[in-house]
Amino acid sequence: MTVLLAFDLLLAASIVGLAAATLLMRDAFAMIVAFIVFGMLMALGWARLVAPDVALAEVAIGAGLSGALLLRTLAHLRGGSLSAQGGASVSAPANGATQGVNALLAGLATCALGLAYLGAPQNVPGLEAHVADAMPESGVTHPVTAVLLNFRAYDTLMEVVVLLAAVIVVWQVERGLAETPAPALGTVYQGFARVALPVAVIAGGYLLWIGAEAPGGAFQAGAVLGAVAVLGLLSRHVRPAPAHRPLARGAFVVGTAVFALVALGVAGAGRVAFEYPPAQAKTLILLIEAMVTISIAATLAALFHGRAPVAVSREETDR
Amino acid sequence: MTEATIYGLAGLAVFGLGLMGVLGAADRLRRLVALNLCAGGAAMVLVASSWRPPPAAPDPVPHALVITGIVVMVSATAVALALIRRLYSLETDTDA
Amino acid sequence: MLEIAGMACMALGALFFVAGTIGLLRFPDVFCRLHALTKADGMGLALVCLGAAIGAPDGGEALRILLIWIFVALASATGGHLVARHARRAGKLVREVRP
Repeated sequence: MTVLLAFDLLLAASIVGLAAATLLMRDAFAMIVAFIVFGMLMALGWARLVAPDVALAEVAIGAGLSGALLLRTLAHLRGGSLSAQGGASVSAPANGATQGVNALLAGLATCALGLAYLGAPQNVPGLEAHVADAMPESGVTHPVTAVLLNFRAYDTLMEVVVLLAAVIVVWQVERGLAETPAPALGTVYQGFARVALPVAVIAGGYLLWIGAEAPGGAFQAGAVLGAVAVLGLLSRHVRPAPAHRPLARGAFVVGTAVFALVALGVAGAGRVAFEYPPAQAKTLILLIEAMVTISIAATLAALFHGRAPVAVSREETDR
Repeated sequence: MTEATIYGLAGLAVFGLGLMGVLGAADRLRRLVALNLCAGGAAMVLVASSWRPPPAAPDPVPHALVITGIVVMVSATAVALALIRRLYSLETDTDA
Repeated sequence: MLEIAGMACMALGALFFVAGTIGLLRFPDVFCRLHALTKADGMGLALVCLGAAIGAPDGGEALRILLIWIFVALASATGGHLVARHARRAGKLVREVRP
């Protein structure tokens, strides 16, 4: 027990230390790498807190894809290279007094929250009893999936809408922006991609399927498939072209559309929206999850790629 | 001292550090990373407060909320990064 | 008995990771550090996976751990290659260690 306690203390201390290091790093590249490692360690902490679903989502999305997005933008700001010699503008820091007041206020707010957290009653039952009572009607046997796609399905529908909104905004903001092509990564990487990507697709499908009874589900599967698409973009096995735009738009919308249609259909059959009939619940949940997975994967890949695909000559991208 | 206390306080410390970064960082990219730290810290507090002593399973509702939050945060990060790229191209484009 | 063997494998693997990390911190240039990291951590990963597979409750789980080992090893080898390639192209020469 004491060994585990020591491990927990060490892990918690390294998480806080890495958060501080992320903010203190001079070089932006080092800052992003520290942030990715921070996400990994935080996921390890969540695994210790018996939250494997959250840990999977954090590793794949919070650390992996966010890190990829940040590095892509950094490469854009530094003119296609990640090393520091490029002209990344560093504006002058705010004056000392403002900094001090900010730090003081943030510290006070954190201390107040800490007191509130320590003073709050611990280990009182939350909603787990209600969830356990309703599990037989949910159609799945894994509580987190039941909450996400049945009991609190409105939240999840809104989340898919947020992803859709994000990709619309990114395509608008990036319109006409100069493209920095991703660097060519060479034949070793392409060989790796040829071997690993098909297997990663299978792993994503497995995560989607296993989500009904064990940690996994649409978000983790979508993140894995999105990462496959990102790696494919980097290996240049996938070249976005204007002809892909209708397909991409369809993939962005299909999750939201099927989710909303199922809700409307259930509501039309004399029930409340998302009150799936127990006999069909598993089928409906798997259908929604599969479509949401496609949407999440396509959206995350599009967010990484940035602007809507435009015609780029092959010679230019092969540079 | 349970896991919930240790990780909950660590999450709060991360949140506080992130808040300091959001308020104080001069660079846009750094401010965005600090905002992500804030989100991570808040998620950690939620996950820690849903923890129950070992034989009992944790509360799944906050877990689902945190998964939703992670995806929303990556969407917000992507939009913010697109804006950063656009602002940078506006600043460096001297012809316009 | 099996449990002890698994724990021993993992402990040995952790030792390799520590060695790799010391190499990362102490070696002078990118290529030496990569050498320490990829070699020692590859061995450490294999031992940790072996230990976990020995302790796995059934064959299916052991098979999944084996697959994880194969693909993490592939990915880290590719990652090491990419770092070295980038460093060489960026003109980071091997630093003279001997005077």
